[in-house]
Amino acid sequence: MHIIESGNVAAATGVKLARAQVIAAYPITPQTPLTEKLSEFVESGALKAEYIPVESEHSAMAVCIAASTAGTRAFTATSANGLLYMVEQLHWAVGARLPIVMCVANRGIGAPWTVWNDQQDTISQRDAGWIQIYANDHQQIIDAVIKAFRLAQTVSIPVMVCYDGYLLSHTYMPFDVPEQSKVDSFLPAFAPTHFLDPENPGNFNTVTLPDIRPGVDGEMAPGYIEIRHNLHQDLRATLDTFVEIDKAFEKEFGRGGNPLVEKYRCDDADFVAVCIGSLSYQLRDVIDIMRENDVKIGVMGVQMYRPFPDKAIVDALRGKKCAIVFEKALSYGNQGALYADIKAALYTSEKKPRIHNYILGLGGREIKTQQLLDALTASCTSPDTFEDTPRWIGLKL
Amino acid sequence: MRKDIIEIRWHGRGGQGAITAAKIVANAAFVSGYKGVVMAPTFGTERRGAPVFTSLKISREKIYDLSPITTPDMVIVLDHSLLDEVNVTAGLKENGLVVLNAPKPVSEYTFDGMRVAVSDVTKHAVEAGLPPGIVNSGIIGAFAKASGLVDIDVLVQAIEDEFSGKKPEKNAKAARIAYENTELKVPK
Repeated sequence: MHIIESGNVAAATGVKLARAQVIAAYPITPQTPLTEKLSEFVESGALKAEYIPVESEHSAMAVCIAASTAGTRAFTATSANGLLYMVEQLHWAVGARLPIVMCVANRGIGAPWTVWNDQQDTISQRDAGWIQIYANDHQQIIDAVIKAFRLAQTVSIPVMVCYDGYLLSHTYMPFDVPEQSKVDSFLPAFAPTHFLDPENPGNFNTVTLPDIRPGVDGEMAPGYIEIRHNLHQDLRATLDTFVEIDKAFEKEFGRGGNPLVEKYRCDDADFVAVCIGSLSYQLRDVIDIMRENDVKIGVMGVQMYRPFPDKAIVDALRGKKCAIVFEKALSYGNQGALYADIKAALYTSEKKPRIHNYILGLGGREIKTQQLLDALTASCTSPDTFEDTPRWIGLKL
Repeated sequence: MRKDIIEIRWHGRGGQGAITAAKIVANAAFVSGYKGVVMAPTFGTERRGAPVFTSLKISREKIYDLSPITTPDMVIVLDHSLLDEVNVTAGLKENGLVVLNAPKPVSEYTFDGMRVAVSDVTKHAVEAGLPPGIVNSGIIGAFAKASGLVDIDVLVQAIEDEFSGKKPEKNAKAARIAYENTELKVPK
């Protein structure tokens, strides 16, 4: 059934359908309506879960870590400085291999304070080891939340589902709400083999020595570096796992097919705009305008940013004249993070395209369609003469 | 830039229910076959009583651009006192439409070259049995009559659904009275 609601409600509805068992969250704009909706679901009995109001985001993640260790399906959500306040616990959740799912309504980071959208918050956490999935509209938000729970428990790695603050979190649009019975068959109950159980005591995440050593069972136990190597290998394998989960989702619900990147008019294109989030949809209108003027251009949204789908991106850009990377975040003192990642992925490929970088929309600065058209026109007109440093769109002073 | 998108800007005061009104129209438009419906409130901080606006875009096709409206086809004004504080016709397209809740007749209002529709929604809502100051259901009736964009029966159904448990019949009645009592003035 289709409903018209906000992106935050789409996320909350996905969490309800996924039957999350423990929710711990601290409100922060623009995530707040999501946690309010979940507390309503719990209060009314529509969602049988424990809702634990906490005094900070650090505690929210700590509660999720405890709940997940005890073998329950745990969820939280945050934005911007709230995400940064839980950073120590973010890394812990990954190392402990806990399948927590978290929504992040993307917001710029203070100082100075901003409540408006950019993506610096989650992009700054790209190296924590969390899986990062980005949604471009409300349908993708609710679908991604449901897929995220299955992915997290399949690979034992936590997942962030990210969506643009205000632009998606507070905007209303139609989306289909999947049937509960179908979600139940797509997403089996969380049943870990090891969990915190008073009937079966055990140690979790104890101090691990630099070297391997015999465990209590006589088998050689891994040292820290082996455990971290396993995490990295499992994250790389997650790319294929997510493709399989997306296929299963598509079979059940009829939507999907673009788990890693979502391409629009790219196949015969000479030029490809690349970005993360709802901007990739706004760019579609610009692509259509340029196509009418016989510029062979397309746009690609990066749906999964970590693990990085380098092969999918290199395949999509093979033989193109130029890739134009738009970012609402950057690695300060260097370049856009996505731009640098794509450049690195292209290094070993033959027939490398040119690559340009634009920074825009920080702190909610409005992105006008005309600005995108001007930037893409500049890139397509002179692809060979761009500098290897980002150009900023819309600076007024 | 897409010509198939109808852009409607709603002006009200914080707490007056402009967002709810736009959401009701969004629902009714979707039911009527508009696949593309995007409603975006003012992003950021809102205060009760302060001027706010909401963007509603509708189209037969999916809408990809979520940026706020700058060149609306019509503006809906829930409170005529806003005319002293806000330039409600900013960016309004040529031959655009202004739908206004105001006590004076339509002949009293002129917006350069624009079509104007006036209904005393505040009064009609009280006639319908609502407490004074509830205008976000009634204004939908005026919008329906002036724009002809969505059928009044579909809108009334959407009003009853939205106000389920909050005087749905009286809110629906307010919209119907306003629909029957909306005057349209087309510039020569």
